[in-house]
Amino acid sequence: MLGLEKKDFRLLLIVVALTMLAPFILNPFPEGSDMAQFNAGYPDLMQRFVIFGILAIGFNILFGLTGYLSFGHAAFLGVGSYAAVWMFKLLSMNVVPAILLSVIIAGVFALIIGYVSLRRSGIYFSILTLAFAQMSYALAYSVLTPLTGGETGLQPKPGDPRILDGALAPGETATPGFFGLFDMRDSLELSVGGWVFTFNVGYYFAAVIMIIAFYISIRIFRSPFGMMLRAIKSNQTRMSYTGLNARPYTLAAFVISGMYAGLAGGLLVSMDPQAGAERMFWTASGEIVLMTILGGAGTLIGPVLGAGFIKYFENIVSKINKTTLEGWFYWMPDGIEDVVITIIYPFVGKGWHLTLGLLFMLVVIFLPGGLVEGGQRIAAALKRKKPDDAKSSATEPAE
Amino acid sequence: MTKSNFSRRGVLKTGAIASAGLALPTYLRADGHSGFTNAPGDSQVILGFNVPQTGPYADEGADELRAYELAVEHLNGGGDGGMLGTFSSKVLDGTGILGREVKYVTGDTQTKSDAARASARSMIEKDGAIMITGGSSSGVAVAVQALCQEAGIIFMAGLTHSNDTTGKDKRANGFRHFFNSYMSGAALAPVLAANYGTDRKAYHLTADYNWGYTTEEAVKSSTEALGWETVNAVKTPLTQTDFSSYIAPVLNSGADVLVLNHYGGNMVNSLTNAVQFGLREAQANGQNFEIVVPLYSRLMAKGAGANVKGIFGSTNWHWSLQDEGSKAFVRSFGTKYGFPPSQAAHTTYVQTLLYADAVTRANSFNPCAVAEALEDFEFDGLGNGKTLYRGDDHQCFKDVLVVKGKENPENEFDLLEIVEVTPVDQVTYAPDHPQFAGGDLGTCNPGA
Repeated sequence: MLGLEKKDFRLLLIVVALTMLAPFILNPFPEGSDMAQFNAGYPDLMQRFVIFGILAIGFNILFGLTGYLSFGHAAFLGVGSYAAVWMFKLLSMNVVPAILLSVIIAGVFALIIGYVSLRRSGIYFSILTLAFAQMSYALAYSVLTPLTGGETGLQPKPGDPRILDGALAPGETATPGFFGLFDMRDSLELSVGGWVFTFNVGYYFAAVIMIIAFYISIRIFRSPFGMMLRAIKSNQTRMSYTGLNARPYTLAAFVISGMYAGLAGGLLVSMDPQAGAERMFWTASGEIVLMTILGGAGTLIGPVLGAGFIKYFENIVSKINKTTLEGWFYWMPDGIEDVVITIIYPFVGKGWHLTLGLLFMLVVIFLPGGLVEGGQRIAAALKRKKPDDAKSSATEPAE
Repeated sequence: MTKSNFSRRGVLKTGAIASAGLALPTYLRADGHSGFTNAPGDSQVILGFNVPQTGPYADEGADELRAYELAVEHLNGGGDGGMLGTFSSKVLDGTGILGREVKYVTGDTQTKSDAARASARSMIEKDGAIMITGGSSSGVAVAVQALCQEAGIIFMAGLTHSNDTTGKDKRANGFRHFFNSYMSGAALAPVLAANYGTDRKAYHLTADYNWGYTTEEAVKSSTEALGWETVNAVKTPLTQTDFSSYIAPVLNSGADVLVLNHYGGNMVNSLTNAVQFGLREAQANGQNFEIVVPLYSRLMAKGAGANVKGIFGSTNWHWSLQDEGSKAFVRSFGTKYGFPPSQAAHTTYVQTLLYADAVTRANSFNPCAVAEALEDFEFDGLGNGKTLYRGDDHQCFKDVLVVKGKENPENEFDLLEIVEVTPVDQVTYAPDHPQFAGGDLGTCNPGA
């Protein structure tokens, strides 16, 4: 269906179901309970899940298929964000032109950087992309301050021209919307017993775009073009001996993946109209690589899972503080409570990096295929197959 | 296709579960039922403390968080009450805010505007915070302030010194107690002129981002007004750790004063480099070479060690102040944590109290009512003497401290000595001053 094989179509359906039901799935604990700390079903985080999912899907088209490890992907995210905010400032608060422009600008930017960087492969390519991204960051942070707002970032202001929108009523703030029909921040809340589920316009808008992006990525994976990209990964030398020029293919993959990143950047500012230079910092690029590897490079769903995993830790675990811990363990005897809290405390709150790092190590060591491999192992165990069978169908880690 | 067999037992079971589900109180609503975002319930109110827990300003963030916890304790009637006793407004009585117990959530800004906004949004959307406060850099403050304006939440800025926070990026829902670059310049210039003379040539090294620019501009214009000349102003990257290549040309530039518009680790490194290059002993234009650091903090002085001795700078507050408010605060902070508070801790503690006080006086949590109560509010007893929260730009006007690195510190906290308390009149400026131009406060947004 939709030009997909049965298996892929089923995967797409699963993704559709997961994203559409996310407000329920991510809010498993009733409001006010101790476990409510772990609920992730609030608009900001749900939006981040799908937007960084798009980013990782795009990165995976480059890294998962061609094996070219771009270490500067955050630059495209940043460029897309700035483009979209300028659209908000100059044209209209409608998200559609903003997102279109961010995709186009990121594509052009990727074309230029890719044209230069793709002359080298392997580690040299990674270093080149890293250098370009750091250059963009430095430019955005200080040199181009009039254009990017520098350290303070770029945000729409009441006094902006916005030639397509009418003037704001006094006291009104300009917020991104969809043709004046919806505001990206509008939400509907459903209370069932102790549970509260939030359905946010911005989230569903981003989720639909992610599903489309996911669909396109499946089509690319299964197309002759995707096959060519995989050939580049497995043996580029052999490919060029057969008379094929790999450059146009890698460049196309690079630009497509840059456009995905631009799309994610445009969506990010559509949900929260502020673009800052840190978005382009090398750690942000590294995070994209982590997301992809953590989820499973070269698999379809892996990068999305990896993105969700990292964003969950960044936003949920970092907010657990000592008082929260005391709230959880108040029932323990005093001495033991203190010991337990002392042991757990370094891993939560400001220690969330530590927890994430440990989990990343565990995944890389024991599940080289990422979270997807973990899922496959569990599925295999549930089917009571022999582990050998599971291995043969398991995803090979990307090198 | 899957086969589905409806057994009698299965149907009954499903029916029972479904009817139990329907029996739960279910209602669907859009936001906007209470007149403003996150209206608190009857028993508790939640404040969001958004501070850097990782990254370059983690030390300041940790100290801010300590002050917040102390403020919450005092508001809820715990501890010794701290500045509640010395505050000129007496409506806070230790029963929380408007009879509701104060609870708080914390988040990590990572000193990145993106992360700070994500963390603030989760406090607003998930935890139902009624007010967000914190931050220790201007980029973060401006970003979070804009977010709070959009969401209809009051933002009480923490440590942010750039003119922009209450200048070109001011917002009706945002309030700043901390002083700013202009005030630093205005307070420092007369002291510098008195100590170093009016015939001086200054060389600026400026951190290459917004705060650096506004500080450089403020110090430049204030000193030039008193007869100084600016020889050169060089931008240094924020990530720079070795400033020797920037310091080397200073001695031969004809300048006799070096102004380091650096903060945090930048300042620690550049000052150390400058001292290592022998600038303190050097002579230029027949005068002793001098170094100036416009914004000082105790944590920075600690980092730079003996190099700060005798170097002038300005600060918002210092724990050695002898007024009743400062003494009360230092006492309760010291009792709880064992060391004196930093200026970051002071400003965040005061901001929390000011917010609680404004809510109580307004008798409402509605951001617009709170903003009205804060605007043009005059108070005393919070450590800075008589202070005005100006309604035109939501900036506090108060005395500014000019400090200098102490020659003979008695302990590891006793690093700065107060040279002069510059009276508020000298650092007050018109709301449309050119260094603050281009902003629009807008009107308050109650959200929802």
